[in-house]
Amino acid sequence: MARVLVFGELGSKGLNSGVAKAVRCAMDLQPAALDVLCLVADESQEGIKQAARLQGVTKVLVRIHDAFAEPLAAVMGNALVEMAGDYTHILAANTTVGRDILPRVAARLGVQQISDIMRVESERVFDRPTYAGNAITTVEAPEGMVVVATVRTASYRAVPEEGDAVVEAQPFNVSPPSHTRFVERREAKGERPDLQTARKVVSGGRAVGSSENFQIIANLADRLGAAVGASRAAVDAGYAPNELQVGQTGKIIAPDLYVAIGISGAIQHLAGIKDAGTIVAINKDGEAPIFEIADLGLEGDLFKVIPELEKLLP
Amino acid sequence: MSDMKIMVGVKRVIDYNVRVQVKSDGSGVVTDGVKMSINPFDEIALEEALRLKEAGKAAEVIAVSVGPSQAQEQLRTALAMGADRGILVTTAEQPQPLAVAKIFAALYAKEQPGLVILGKQAIDDDAGQVPQMLAGLLDVAQATNASKVELEGESARVTREIDTGIEVIEIRLPAVLSVDLRLNEPRYVKLPDIMKAKKKPIETIDAQALGVERLTFLRVIKTSTPPARQGGHKVGSVEELVQELKQRGFV
Ligand SMILES: Cc1cc2nc3c(=O)[nH]c(=O)nc-3n(C[C@H](O)[C@H](O)[C@H](O)COP(=O)(O)OP(=O)(O)OC[C@H]3O[C@@H](n4cnc5c(N)ncnc54)[C@H](O)[C@@H]3O)c2cc1C
Repeated sequence: MARVLVFGELGSKGLNSGVAKAVRCAMDLQPAALDVLCLVADESQEGIKQAARLQGVTKVLVRIHDAFAEPLAAVMGNALVEMAGDYTHILAANTTVGRDILPRVAARLGVQQISDIMRVESERVFDRPTYAGNAITTVEAPEGMVVVATVRTASYRAVPEEGDAVVEAQPFNVSPPSHTRFVERREAKGERPDLQTARKVVSGGRAVGSSENFQIIANLADRLGAAVGASRAAVDAGYAPNELQVGQTGKIIAPDLYVAIGISGAIQHLAGIKDAGTIVAINKDGEAPIFEIADLGLEGDLFKVIPELEKLLP
Repeated sequence: MSDMKIMVGVKRVIDYNVRVQVKSDGSGVVTDGVKMSINPFDEIALEEALRLKEAGKAAEVIAVSVGPSQAQEQLRTALAMGADRGILVTTAEQPQPLAVAKIFAALYAKEQPGLVILGKQAIDDDAGQVPQMLAGLLDVAQATNASKVELEGESARVTREIDTGIEVIEIRLPAVLSVDLRLNEPRYVKLPDIMKAKKKPIETIDAQALGVERLTFLRVIKTSTPPARQGGHKVGSVEELVQELKQRGFV
């Protein structure tokens, strides 16, 4: 029977939304134990209680050390390596933090990591996307070795917060390496829904033309109660910040509604929205590839279409 | 001037413009007659190494490719971009990331570079593991998804793209960096550089000679095509669009 340890990533907004999705993936392993590990400097964090409420979780292990104040891979990775002995599987959501830490853990344990699990076939057989999601590779992990894997959060729904798991907190002994020092983090603050979890997303591409114009996209998003996203071209040009990039190398999302405005629909962008419910494309080029996959397409100039759209929205 | 070496990875992958097709027997993807290139992230890694050298912060840039003998082509391109020499590590089969990390660790022991700069992921297997694995095996600092690197003597201040914005960390060398899209814009190769690159050395070593016997750890059962999204239809006006969105309960 599987014994699964899920990395309980915490951030400035509490428990990372990917954790509840990684737990759903862990449930598919029908585990005998499903523990969430929170590495913290301060055990009063709200995110710990949230982890304990996730349905299916057996225990929340809280390990405390000052060095856990920031998610440095070398520090947290070593802690995960030490905890690994009791488990058959170690999972983390495929966030930038999870992807930073887990391969380091896998290498130290001498195992090949599985990136971005999108389906569990059995305890050792998994599907994962390759080639920007244009192929799915089914892989089998060898017997007798711990499975270290990240979970493609866009493939899983969050488990509900209806559980009541035991929280077991204790100090942890690590000797943090001197080679890495956290300096600062700059996070956007705002009232908008989070791109990763939003039910609706409005994204702008190169055609938006400037960061001032990008406000048009943001205003429409606000009208729809949507999060804001962007193509790589829009981020590269400085119209939108990097954390809004959707795609193969940005965020992979699964909103119910995705509105792509002035985005051509490159393979790399589409990789980020394959699991979206309804895709709406607004583009002035009737031949743009985005129309091939859009559920609803509107040919037109965004600078005319959006003001009209705003007028007609209830 | 610093006498530091920088090692960069150069993976041969299907060009990013190609629409990849899965083979009908499920054994992989079609590569016959398909354009191959340097993994775009690796070009960015190489560009960064070259800029550090040009700024007098490194003495030598070594481009390393692990894979089939045809990866010579990508190494030649790397040399034309400005790398000083190439190392081709040949493998009998497509190695998985842990094996690649072990190969880099073996080369690291031989070459003693101050920095290893790699792409944050390869656009074929999209695994994103080798840099972190290498740093773990070497027990050195890692800075992934770098969008800015400021090297000052024995340490570097690295700006990283993270899900929630930007993070800055300071690392002591030796270290492994993985690079993100916005770190730089790789230079174009000019014809005279291609000619010059022909004279630069490429050393070929087999992975076994580096002590890396095992190349795969996961058994690849099959490769399949994901279900295609069914396209919908176009609407003729903004009114129609709003109507459709209403029907679907979005507004
Ligand atoms: C290694 C690698 C990784 C990548 N990762 C990503 C990624 O994660 N995410 C991503 O998005 N891209 C990624 N890309 C880039 C990708 O290949 C495309 O270059 C990018 O998605 C294009 O962005 P765009 O659609 O905004 O711009 P363009 O392709 O330039 O498209 C602009 C569109 O706007 C339309 N348009 C112009 N004016 C108007 C107007 N007034 N009104 C309406 N429509 C208008 C045009 O018809 C066109 O279709 C990656 C590329 C590489 C090589």
